[in-house]
Amino acid sequence: MEFVDYYKILELDKNATQADIKKAYRKLARKYHPDLNPNDTTMKKKFQQINEANEVLSDPEKRKKFDKYGKDWQHGAEYENANRQHSGGGGGFTQGNRGQGGFSNEEDFSDFFESMFGGGGSPFGGSRSNVRYKGQDLNAELKLDIKDVYKTQKQTLTINGKQIRLTIPAGVENGQTIKISGHGGEGRNNGPNGDLYITFLISNSTRFRREGNNLYTTAELDIYTAVLGGEVMVETFDGKVKLNVPPETQNGTKIKLKGKGFPVYKQEGMFGDLYITYQIKIPTKLSEKEKELFKELSKLHKHEK
Amino acid sequence: MKNEDLIPIELLCTHYKIEYSFIESLNEIGLVEVTKVEKAPYIEKEHLSEVEHLMRLHRDLGLNLEGVEAVAYLLKRIEELKHEILLLKNKADH
Repeated sequence: MEFVDYYKILELDKNATQADIKKAYRKLARKYHPDLNPNDTTMKKKFQQINEANEVLSDPEKRKKFDKYGKDWQHGAEYENANRQHSGGGGGFTQGNRGQGGFSNEEDFSDFFESMFGGGGSPFGGSRSNVRYKGQDLNAELKLDIKDVYKTQKQTLTINGKQIRLTIPAGVENGQTIKISGHGGEGRNNGPNGDLYITFLISNSTRFRREGNNLYTTAELDIYTAVLGGEVMVETFDGKVKLNVPPETQNGTKIKLKGKGFPVYKQEGMFGDLYITYQIKIPTKLSEKEKELFKELSKLHKHEK
Repeated sequence: MKNEDLIPIELLCTHYKIEYSFIESLNEIGLVEVTKVEKAPYIEKEHLSEVEHLMRLHRDLGLNLEGVEAVAYLLKRIEELKHEILLLKNKADH
C-alpha cells in the first residue's frame, strides 16, 4: 500500500488554510469532474484522488491525523485501534462524502485512506452495509454489420453471465452509444441497478456508402443507354429498381432516389435518400464493324463542327 | 407506473442532504421531472442518474441553480457536437 500525499494532489503546501483547500479542490474538481468529462476514465480516477484529498484535508480532525501520522500511516492505524478500544465505539468516521456514493456508484477510496481512516460513512449515518448503492454502470461493445441495423431487431446478449434481450433500433450510427437503463450491475441493499451502455461498431462491406441517413452508390451505364436514353436496373439497399435514363446522360450524373436511403434512427417509417452516380462504361474489344461505325460517327461529329 | 419505479423526493433529500427547494427549482426549469402521487412528490427511477448528475454539479462544484442549468445545457451541446463529429468521422473514413 502506498502513501498518498494529499497536499501534493491538491497542489498545496502544508500551511494551506481551509480557504486555500476549498479553492484548490474547486479548481481541480472543475477540471477533472467525471460529469464534465464523461467517458474519460483517467479523469475519473484523478477526481477520486482529489475527492479523497479534500475529504481528509477539509476535515480538521482527519487533517490533524494525516499531518501527524502521514507517512507513518501504519502506526496511525494502530493509534486508531487503541483509541477505538478505549472508547469502545464504532470504527472510522460516520460521515463522509464518498464521491458519487449513496444511491450512486460505489467508489472506493484508496487502500491508504481505508487503512488510516476506516471505511467511509453512510449518508444515512448507519453502517456501510446498510447503504443503498446503485449498481455499477457497465460498458459493452457490439459489432454489427450495416445490414443488421437496416431494420429494428431484437437480440439476446450475454453480458456478465446474464441474458439481456435488447431492441436495436434501425438506423443506429457507427460509434453511437445507447443507454439501457437498469441493465448494469445489481444494486446493493435494494439500491437501483446500474445502467448498461452499449457502443455499436458497425462494419460496412456493401457497395453503399452511408452518411447519416443517406446512402451513396454508383451504377454503371453502357454508352448506348447514356447516349440514346433507356432503362436501367439499379440496386438499392433493399432490392432492385428500374430507372429511366434520359438521352445524352453525362458521366458522373448524380440522381436522388427519395426515401431509398437508410432508416432514420427512432423515427419509424422515415428514410434518408439514396444518391446514385452514373459511371458510363466505354466499350472494349470492339469488332471491326463497331470500330468502323465509331469512325463514321467521329467523322460526322467533326463535320458537324 | 409501478410504485417501485418511483423514488420519494423526501428520501432523496435526506439521503443527499439537499434542500427540497433545489429539486423543486430543477423541476421548475424543466431539468428534472417530478411526479406527484397523492400529493407526495417522487422522481422516476430511470431519471435518477440525471438527478444525481445535477446534484453532483451543485455539490461538488459549488454551482448555483443558474450555473447547474448553464452547465447542463453546455454538456448537452457537447453531446450533440460529439455526435456530429462521429457522423463526420464516419463520413471521412469512407
